[in-house]
Order: sequence, then structure tokens, then C-alpha cells
Amino acid sequence: MTALRPDLAVIAETIPTGARVLDVGCGDGALMAALRDSKGIDARGMEIDPVNVANAVTRGLAVVQGDADTDLADYPDDSFDYAVLSQTLQTTRRPDLVLDQLLRIGKQAFVSFPNFAQWKIRFAHMFGGRMPVTKQLPHRWYDTPNIHHVTIDDFKSFVEDRGYSIEGEWYLSGEKRRGAGLANLLAEHAVFLLKR
Amino acid sequence: MAQTMGEDGRFGLDRRTKLLGPVRLDSGVQFAPVEFAYETYGELNADKSNAILVCHALTGDQYVASTHPVTGKPGWWTRLVGEGKPVDPSRHCIICINVLGSCMGSSGPASFDPGTGQPYAMDFPVITIADMVRAQAILLDHLGIERLACVIGGSMGGMQALTWASLFPDRVQSAIVIASTARHSAQNIAFHEVGRQAIMADPNWQGGNYYGSVDQPDAGLAVARMAAHITYLSEAGLTEKFGRQLQDRETKTFGFDADFQVESYLRYQGLSFVERFDANSYLYITRAMDYYDLAEEHGGVLAKAFQGTRTRFCLVSFDSDWLYPTIESKRIVQALNAAGAAASFVELSSPFGHDAFLLDAPEMNRIIDGFLKAGGL
Repeated sequence: MTALRPDLAVIAETIPTGARVLDVGCGDGALMAALRDSKGIDARGMEIDPVNVANAVTRGLAVVQGDADTDLADYPDDSFDYAVLSQTLQTTRRPDLVLDQLLRIGKQAFVSFPNFAQWKIRFAHMFGGRMPVTKQLPHRWYDTPNIHHVTIDDFKSFVEDRGYSIEGEWYLSGEKRRGAGLANLLAEHAVFLLKR
Repeated sequence: MAQTMGEDGRFGLDRRTKLLGPVRLDSGVQFAPVEFAYETYGELNADKSNAILVCHALTGDQYVASTHPVTGKPGWWTRLVGEGKPVDPSRHCIICINVLGSCMGSSGPASFDPGTGQPYAMDFPVITIADMVRAQAILLDHLGIERLACVIGGSMGGMQALTWASLFPDRVQSAIVIASTARHSAQNIAFHEVGRQAIMADPNWQGGNYYGSVDQPDAGLAVARMAAHITYLSEAGLTEKFGRQLQDRETKTFGFDADFQVESYLRYQGLSFVERFDANSYLYITRAMDYYDLAEEHGGVLAKAFQGTRTRFCLVSFDSDWLYPTIESKRIVQALNAAGAAASFVELSSPFGHDAFLLDAPEMNRIIDGFLKAGGL
């Protein structure tokens, strides 16, 4: 098995055994499989791409095809201990409503996203004068699925404005974890654990 | 097909049995005795943990993977069921039962009423999807199969799979529901009513008492099939296959012969159907489908039909299916989510409409194979 993506590794480590987990935008189910194999967790997933759904189902995972923007409304309140949204928030049409849904369905929510204020992106923008194309954000402006770019500081104030609290935060540069110092400038990815 | 169950006459191809029953029908009738026509493929393993029930659709039958005795055509789901296929007699014990009300050997309007020695005709009780499932449960008891590793079906077969999981949650480890729905919509009922009226408007139908008569309601049944067949295909599929092409002629005839290829095709579908199907069975089974609404007895809340279930579910829909469109599968998924069930769902792309599940669908096969194997099958 290939190594888990670093933000997913953080989430997999933190979720306790026995938790009920919904992974929104679960891709091919890598996190769900890791949770099952390491903690015996019977997670549920939602994914928009049918090929990814099929791949997840063939791994024995319970994944339904759906769109985070429209289909989260189908889940009852408090049906999960954790709702996970990894590297998907920036692709949704209404990140604010999606976050509300996550924290309605889940008692807590993990959200991970690429930090648009990381210095390489700032440099590319400032000196290149163009929308940045980097290793972590490899798409061009017109074909990117990332329609709501967000920075770590944006996200923190967004969470505060929505009335949620931050229970945990993790910052990543490539594979490595880093401290919170200057995270908005230095971290490529962030993972937040949120609570109502 | 694999050698089946040694000397045990209950297992094998083209089995018939009559059981005392009774089946307690939704209408209140206690129906007995019950005749069953069914096939099994593959061996039941020692702990009886590899049984897969395949449920057939409206005009399907028990010949899921063996040659149809009337048409001589291969089994109706040989793309999914067979050696090396996702449902594999070398690993699974596969059971397919002609549904109650049908005409391929299980009790239906064409079978003989032991009380009168005559065909039941319209004295056959009106049945429901749940009645079909309760009857199947009686046959499985007879076969000594308590637990089904999987119930799988498309269209009306999917309705049965859902009903199995709802009525007998402890007997169903997993359910695969393809191109199906949890209730018949007004549009579904409307199309079926057209078919039924076509049959009953045929003077040869004779109030259903045409058995033994020279005059059979073939014209009515053929029209019913033609109307239904359109609902199994997609507009794009029909356009691609036929467009406005004329049939064996250069120009329009300014008459009512089958000028267009699509007319000729539909007429052929209708005519060949009457060779293998009973008009009264068509009335009874379409009625059963129209009465189908799994949420009805749960106060309209579909999730309650699956409360506390431990069954694993896999649903597949096709994007060009307008008979049971994706939204119907999503309704089921929503209910399963609300019930906390382990559910998977995917909408596959196909140009073939509702019929896609019976045609070459490699992605569907891959999903079913993976889902079954993940369940230890």
C-alpha cells in the first residue's frame, strides 16, 4: 500500500478507534481504507467522480456518488462523530454552506486545504504577474477545480465568523509537519479540526 | 455449468417443486399450494455462506444463465452470471426463481387451480413484490438456505432485492440493486396502464379466459410490449440505432405499413414477446410493480424500511435510464444513509437507457465483482 497523503495521515492518526466517520470527497477511499485497516473503523464516503467511487467500492468501502454542494443535505444531524473534507473545500461552489453541513452531520469536522498564501504562490503571483501554477496547485486558471482559493488566515477568520471553534491545527510543507509559526507564509497545506 | 449438488434433486437446472406454503399475500389471501420453477448453479458450501439469489425483472425468468427453453436464446444475464464472471458458479451457489405470478412454471394465472382443475386466469390473487419475496423465502427454506450472501437484481429484480433486505434483514448479508426504484412513480404506473389496457381491449383476451382457446390476446400483449420496450431504451439510443431510416424501401408509402425501421423493430419485439409470455401474467406482474412503494407501510419514511439493518447495499443507476432514473436510486441511498446502513452507489454512463444493466456493462461488472469480493464472496 502506498503511503497516505500527509494531510490524510494527520487525520487518520487523530481519529480515535470506534468513531463514526464520513469522508466527503473521499477520492478512491485511501483514508477510509486506512481507518478500516488501522482502527477497524467502518467509515462512509461521498465522492463526485464515478470512477473513484467504483474504485472505492471494489476496495470494499461504502461510498456513494454525490456532490458536497448538494448532497450533504441528505444526511441526518449528528450522524457521524467526524465529517472529513480533505482538499475539497476550495473546489466547492459554496464553502460556507458546505462547512455548515459538515458540522451539522458531524459532531466535529476535519478540513484540509492547500494554503494559497504560501510564499512560493505569493512570489509566483507577485513577480510572475500571473495566476500561480505550482507543484501543489498544478492547474491553470481556466481548468482548475479550485474555484475558491483560501489562505490559512482566511480560513481561521472564516471559521470564527461562522461561530465554530478550532480544536486542532496541523501544518504541512511537502511531507513534513511544521509548527504554527508563520504558517500562513510557510505552510503548503493545513489541516483543521473544528467543532460546533 | 458446474455440476450441481451431487444427488440432491432440489438443486440443479430446470427444477420444479410444489410446496404447501401458504404464502400470506398482502391482499389477505393465504395462497397455497405454491409451485416453483427455479434453477441453481454451483455448489452450496459447507457452512452455506455462498448463496446468491438473482431476482429477475418483469418479463424475465429463472433461466438467468442457461438456454431459454422457448426462444433457444442464452440466459438473460450471462454477461454477469457464469464461469469467470462476477457471479460465478465455481464459487457461488446461485439461485434464480421464476417469480410468483409469472408464466415459466411458478404459480401464476396460467397455472392450474387445484380447486377447479382449470387455469386460475383472473381468479389468481393480485400479488405484490413483497408476496414474490415471501414466496421465494419459502423455497429457500425448502432448499435449506437460511442466509443469503447476496440478493441481486435489476429493475423489478432490484425491487425484490430491496424488499428482501427490508422484510428479512437477518437473512440478507448484502443486496445489489441495479437500475431500480423504491416505488413506482405516476409515470411508471401510467405506462403500465397503457399496456394493461392494450391487453384487456383485445377481444381475444376474453376476460382472461383465453386458455385453451384458439384466439389468444396476442395483439394486445404485443402492443403492451411495444409500449414498454420504448421505456427500456433511450431517445439517443433509438436515434442512433434507427434515426428516421426507412425499412426495406426507398420512399414513404403513404400508408400505415411499417415504413420506419423503428416501427418494424417494435413490431418484431411485440410479436416475438407473445411467443414466450402470458398476457394475464403481464397484467398481474405490472400490477405488482405499480403497487410497489417500499415506504408506504413505514408511514412514507423509506429510511424506516431499513432501520437497524446490517445488510451491505450496492446501488447502480444509468444516466440514460428514464424509466428508473438516477434520482430514484439517490432516494434509496438517502434513506440508507439516514438508516446508517453501509451503502455504495454509483451512476454509470451508458447510451442504452434502462436496458443497460442487461447489456455489456464492464464498469457495472467491475463494481459488482469488487463489492462481492469485499464481502468475502
